[in-house]
Amino acid sequence: MLTNRSKQVSNKEMTLAERMYLPAVLGGLAITIRHFFMKKATIQYPEVKRYLGPVFRGHHVLKRDEQGRERCTACGLCAVACPAEAISMVAAERKKGEETLYREEKYAAVYEINMLRCIFCGLCEEACPKQAVYLRHDRMVPVFTERDQVIYGKDRLVEKLDDRYIRNNPDAQATPTEPTLSRSVG
Amino acid sequence: MELTILVIKSLVILAVFGITLLIATYSTYAERKVAAFLQDRIGPNRAGPFGLLQPIADAGKMFFKEDFIPAQANKWLFILGPCLAMLTALMSSAVIPFGDSIRYASFDVPVQGIDVNVGVLYVFGVVSLGVYGVMIGGWASNNKFSLLGAIRAASQNISYEVALGLSIIAILMMTGSLSLRHIVNEQNGFLQWNVFTQPLGFVIFLTCAFAECNRTPFDLPECETELVGGYHTEYSSMKLGFYLFAEYINMFTSSAIISTLYFGGFQYPFMHQVHDALVNSLGSTVGHNIATGIGTAVLFGKIFFFIFFFMWVRWTIPRFRFDQLMNLGWKTLIPLSILNVVLTGAGLLFDKFKYATWLIVIVMIVLAATNAIKAPRRKPVAVPQV
Repeated sequence: MLTNRSKQVSNKEMTLAERMYLPAVLGGLAITIRHFFMKKATIQYPEVKRYLGPVFRGHHVLKRDEQGRERCTACGLCAVACPAEAISMVAAERKKGEETLYREEKYAAVYEINMLRCIFCGLCEEACPKQAVYLRHDRMVPVFTERDQVIYGKDRLVEKLDDRYIRNNPDAQATPTEPTLSRSVG
Repeated sequence: MELTILVIKSLVILAVFGITLLIATYSTYAERKVAAFLQDRIGPNRAGPFGLLQPIADAGKMFFKEDFIPAQANKWLFILGPCLAMLTALMSSAVIPFGDSIRYASFDVPVQGIDVNVGVLYVFGVVSLGVYGVMIGGWASNNKFSLLGAIRAASQNISYEVALGLSIIAILMMTGSLSLRHIVNEQNGFLQWNVFTQPLGFVIFLTCAFAECNRTPFDLPECETELVGGYHTEYSSMKLGFYLFAEYINMFTSSAIISTLYFGGFQYPFMHQVHDALVNSLGSTVGHNIATGIGTAVLFGKIFFFIFFFMWVRWTIPRFRFDQLMNLGWKTLIPLSILNVVLTGAGLLFDKFKYATWLIVIVMIVLAATNAIKAPRRKPVAVPQV
């Protein structure tokens, strides 16, 4: 008994009222008609979206630090950790004058995630020693229909300065996809 | 003059035919909506406003699916099955009186396909034919599961037709006529409705109607868990659509017959006062026609309630086992309906007393109550402390 909810089955002979079925049928009808007027559990998905919680693993983001510099140092640990081998990158050395762009001396010149391969397990997030890669909880990877839409480069992964990602954002109430893909309400 | 009657008559017949089809179409939509609401869902709402175009979308899907006839099937019978099911389903609504009469010039044309004086017999004949559609389809499929479903349908329909007929005999004894219009006219006055004079007969008739329509809890012919898809396992495309559609037409027809036989058809309380007031204020033609219209609307209200009831029961009660079904039919419903007939007859012989069958109901309730009190209580389930 794991749940404490199992019931002893009784093979007792049914009483006449039970054999007439009607009281039980009426009881059942009363139960179902109550549900007829209850609040419905359905969420009208493309128009209405549910908040999926702060632990949802959605769209990848390459974080910048407080001064807006990219945190990624192209160490490749995420690529090693990735069970689907979705991540690839090309490292480069930071030049003079690029200190405001990259946090450390080495940075990822190319950082690509293949969204067809990615299984959104979040191991890259765990592997990253620089807190550079995260899976956003407030945005999903949109549906793609063409192959060239599948590889996400730095242009789509690096955090925008005017759209910083905050994990514990109390304002986040929904997990929206790209607005073009969601149907307008009405 | 004869032509006028012919035109009005054919309009009535066409209207009955069209309305039957329309209601059956939207029953499929209503079924999905009711099912959804009873299960805390919303149901189809994407095709058109509130999903109202859903039946059309469903029919379109059915048409575009592959129309497949198995190689080993008997081709002509395979096609004949769904046609027969559809035909018999559509035929039975012809004798139902949908309203009083339409007055035009000096003619009164009854709102009814045909007013035959053997209406009840006609319905019975056509309903019994209905099982041929299922039987032929299941047999022609040349598939064991289909055949089993067909056999189940046949045996179930035959068993429940007996109780169905016996429960109607009590009504026929009271009215003395087989004409459905006559039966409706007999029930004028709220307490004259047969549901009040024949409470037990009504319950038996309702149960048998469920069985005749192959609706849950008696939908064993299409029991998915045991028979794949039942008699229509091999069917696809619009042939399957015909079978499913015929079921909804049958549901409409049986709702109409239940309303006609037990709930006074197009009669409603204070009907004559309303009729007189309308005739006095609007003239004998317009007033009469409007009064007929109200009666028809009331009848459709009753029909819609019963269609809803069919769905409500379907999404509440699980399927019977086949032996339970047969036990209920032969060992419970038939003896009870015979008792019902005997007691009704006794009441009628004894000073034309119509409410005699309440005796059976009262005795049954008392017996059930005493039995339930005397029965040993179920031991409360001991919940072990973990």
